[in-house]
Amino acid sequence: MELYFFLFFAIVAVASSVAMILQRNPIYCVLLLIMVMISIAGLYLMLDAEFVAIIQIVVYAGAIMVLFLFVIMLLNLSREEGGTFRIQKPLAVVLAALLFLPLAAMVMSYAGGGTTTPVDGGEAGFGEVEQIGTLLFTKYLLPVEIAAVLLLIAIVGAVVLTRKGTVAVDG
Amino acid sequence: MVLDPMILDGAIALVKIGILLGVVFTTVAYLTFMERRVSALIQDRIGPNRVGPMGLLQPLADGIKFMWKEEFIPASADRKLFAIAPALILVPALLIFAVIPVGGEVTIPSFTLFGLQIQETTTTLQIIDLNVGILYVLGMTSVAVYGIALGGWSANNKFTLLGGIRSSAQMISYELSLGLSIVGILMLTGSLQMSQIVDAQDGFLDWFIFRQPLAFLIFVIAAFAENNRLPFDLVECEQELVGGFHTEYSSMRFSMFMIAEYASMIAASALMATLFFGGWHMPFEDQVGPGLVTLYQVAGFLLKTGFFLFVYIWVRWSLPRFRYDQLMAIGWKVLLPLALLNVVITGIWMLV
Repeated sequence: MELYFFLFFAIVAVASSVAMILQRNPIYCVLLLIMVMISIAGLYLMLDAEFVAIIQIVVYAGAIMVLFLFVIMLLNLSREEGGTFRIQKPLAVVLAALLFLPLAAMVMSYAGGGTTTPVDGGEAGFGEVEQIGTLLFTKYLLPVEIAAVLLLIAIVGAVVLTRKGTVAVDG
Repeated sequence: MVLDPMILDGAIALVKIGILLGVVFTTVAYLTFMERRVSALIQDRIGPNRVGPMGLLQPLADGIKFMWKEEFIPASADRKLFAIAPALILVPALLIFAVIPVGGEVTIPSFTLFGLQIQETTTTLQIIDLNVGILYVLGMTSVAVYGIALGGWSANNKFTLLGGIRSSAQMISYELSLGLSIVGILMLTGSLQMSQIVDAQDGFLDWFIFRQPLAFLIFVIAAFAENNRLPFDLVECEQELVGGFHTEYSSMRFSMFMIAEYASMIAASALMATLFFGGWHMPFEDQVGPGLVTLYQVAGFLLKTGFFLFVYIWVRWSLPRFRYDQLMAIGWKVLLPLALLNVVITGIWMLV
């Protein structure tokens, strides 16, 4: 049963990402990317990581991709004509091959063994909100605080940038 | 032969999903009828009363009418997206119901069906009790934006595009207040699980409406905006945008938008009942006989949900529409700070 679900999500994820790259219409690209995000969320769900799965949907599928869609819809980007990416194409092939090699090597090194088990798999409470929350506010408190400050700076920066055109009115 | 418990669990889940979908779709149909009758009541008219006794068959007649209407797709539309947009809006709305608890535990006695012996089982009246229940709801509401945005864009019409963009901006803005208003409840419950949130309100005075009144107010306003209902229905503001994002839709696709709107209204009402009005917990439930207590609780839950559905309609026909800049100002400058304030107050209250 689990295998079929895994195959389903994996095939949908891979097929949508391939289709996304081949697709010329930017709106379709965004939608296919959302498909990828949601199938990855499905994979997280199968790893008992409910929280990460839902956050994946809320943050990526629900918020970031909406902004992508917004920009594309408002700018009314039409179909990308072939030939714009003349240098990038061969470069992409080389880089993808370079990236693929270590990945393949890693998978191969694990293939025969069978000694590797999922980290802390069946442990009770694994991946639950309580556990993640406790870790975030104890062990990883400093990174969380730094990320929070960074996000705050980004928000203030966005507000400042959008106010550029308006004249400051007193009072 | 004894049925495998795993298959039994699956069968029970399927039956629950079937019943739930049936109830939701029937409620949607009669909600359209109720909306017309209540609006007539408020405006001192009679309303539809011709089809069947008291007009009760009106939704059926409407459905048949929708099916026989011409399915029109504009020539310049993006046909694929135009076709799937209504589904993209309906599916998230229906998925929300998966985590809403309708009642407590029930025991199904063992019985024999076609020679299969089915063992006694207990099940909760909820399809799945996710550990991250509330986040799941927020995730589904955030995915629902796509249907409206794409429906508006794919028709290739400036009015629908404006409607779609307005609604996406509105839904993204109010999602924040919606999520933050629930944080107070989560702090008091210490869990994101729907069943635990309901269990935290088992006494009448434990209902979160008494402990989190400000959160309830914010939640209701944000939910109205999320569902694009008056006074926040700028998405389909007739005077400015013809019919908003669904101007170009007709026939069953149009009715799917309507079904989605009403289904998300029901989901939002059920959430208000679950989060703030004790869910299926009712006052005096220990005085009801043991055989009837589940029935009493489920009836109570449905009654609460029904009340909020009535409030939705009541507000729609009583309040005028906001202007778009007012809508954004309320969302960002009033509701969001208030929701944050609520979180702070709850935190202080918990510490003292």
